[in-house]
Amino acid sequence: MRGWILSNYKYLILRRISQITLLVLYFGGNAYGWKMLTGTISSSSVLGALPLSDPFAVLQMLAAGAALSFDVLLGAIIIALFYGIIGGRAFCSWVCPVNMVTDAANWLRRKLYIDKIERKIWVTRNLRYYMIVIALIVSLLTGMAAFEIISPITILNRGVIFGFGAGAGLLVAIFFFDLFVLKNGWCGHVCPLGGVHSIIGKYNLLRVKHNSDNCTLCMKCKDVCPEVQVLNMIGKRSEFVVKQECTNCGRCVDVCDDDALGFNIRNYIKK
Amino acid sequence: MKKEGKKIQISERRRFFTNIAQGTGLGIMGGLLWAGYAEKAKSSPLTLRPPAALKENDFLRTCIKCGLCAEACINRPSNIDKESGKPRPGTLKMAKAQDAAAIGTPFFVPADVPCYMCDDIPCVPVCPTGALDEEMVTNEAGELDFKMMDMGIAVVDPNSCIAFWGIQCDACYRACPLLDEAIKLKYGRNERTGKHAFLMPVVEMTICTGCGLCEKACVTEKPAIFIQPREIALGKPGDHYVKGWDQKDQQRVAKRMDTDVTTHNKRSEKEASDYLNEGVDFE
Repeated sequence: MRGWILSNYKYLILRRISQITLLVLYFGGNAYGWKMLTGTISSSSVLGALPLSDPFAVLQMLAAGAALSFDVLLGAIIIALFYGIIGGRAFCSWVCPVNMVTDAANWLRRKLYIDKIERKIWVTRNLRYYMIVIALIVSLLTGMAAFEIISPITILNRGVIFGFGAGAGLLVAIFFFDLFVLKNGWCGHVCPLGGVHSIIGKYNLLRVKHNSDNCTLCMKCKDVCPEVQVLNMIGKRSEFVVKQECTNCGRCVDVCDDDALGFNIRNYIKK
Repeated sequence: MKKEGKKIQISERRRFFTNIAQGTGLGIMGGLLWAGYAEKAKSSPLTLRPPAALKENDFLRTCIKCGLCAEACINRPSNIDKESGKPRPGTLKMAKAQDAAAIGTPFFVPADVPCYMCDDIPCVPVCPTGALDEEMVTNEAGELDFKMMDMGIAVVDPNSCIAFWGIQCDACYRACPLLDEAIKLKYGRNERTGKHAFLMPVVEMTICTGCGLCEKACVTEKPAIFIQPREIALGKPGDHYVKGWDQKDQQRVAKRMDTDVTTHNKRSEKEASDYLNEGVDFE
């Protein structure tokens, strides 16, 4: 039993540890004055020295016409470099707290067989990229970072650190949206921050690799994948998951009983 | 004209343009709703911001809503309750959806927790974006100077201030960190009794930082002295009125000359002395 849990939930458990540890550190930064990680997910400070900032927030603020200090720009560059080289879109599944909300909705959706019953609504998964453009235009027109005033990510993050307010309703709304309206609706279709991290992580090194020789076409991976279009090679070609929307969550690796999926390093030099 | 019953052919070109139009329409609809909400979120002029905050519009575009200022405020060493040994509530709060300030931005409510005007101003240097601008509270010697803070201004409501009634109260005067500088006591003779004095608090507008310790200390049911943002509480006389007896004030007006606005209308075509004398028979 223990072995089964460790092999089938390894990355899920690691991800929850990562997400919750970060929230605990943020919470302690405010409540107990811990210095390890202060600030919020928008902009943080590690040990009071290393700045980390949300590149999308910085982009919107620049569009809004803000004259920004060096610290926040450096923080955004550090984040972009980390995910651009190593993490890919890992922010969404390893850091972002809303992932836990939408994963819960998606889990319940599978348990209640809602996928099999609900009326299908089709929404393009490119909506997130249009949202980026609209967010930047609205920022430009209103002189205010547009997504930052509605972002459920920062609302949840700030809620944990400083206490929840009426904005928590948005998280409930997203939960029900993902549960009853659109599968993977928020994280897989709407969220522009996910779009930005998709673009940033397009050419990163750490990726899931498929080995179609081992694949038995059980399709468990496609069942759990929140960005199912990235698994278009399953059972067909042995190759890396190359699409930028893969969040490196590792659920497909977890559920695969045939050793057909695993993390690997993309090698650009050999080719 | 197409005959009835015949299936209408939709060309690829029509499909393409319709898709583009649909996307644009949805984008504009969403964008307008979004922009409307953003404009509404911006229009909260009653907000008191942390020290050294940029002007409200610039502050809103520059603040990344990270909360480092609020965390520096609550976790400052001077904020430990001497009795319990635990931190007291911080001055700065991060706005929630129901607060008057734009969501996620720092603000404070002096009646709850005023600003204690720390010597080292811990909330300002931690700001990563420059929305709290260290230079605004740095004096000529290059040191952080809490006297340069400018969060708002204390306003006295003389009708509800009991000191103006003639009851002795100097709670705000004594609570003020800039004692006898930002709030002064104006003496007056109590004509009703003929032998008592009024000691009335008067705010020195140029010195008051808007920390709100007076509001917190005020003894009336609802404070009779309270903090307002400067943009709201202060008027502006304009450059047309000059204190003729004050050389400094004349310099103020001298500076305006290069940005002077002259009104041109039908009347201004003539000198005032001309049109005012029109139709007057001097003979």
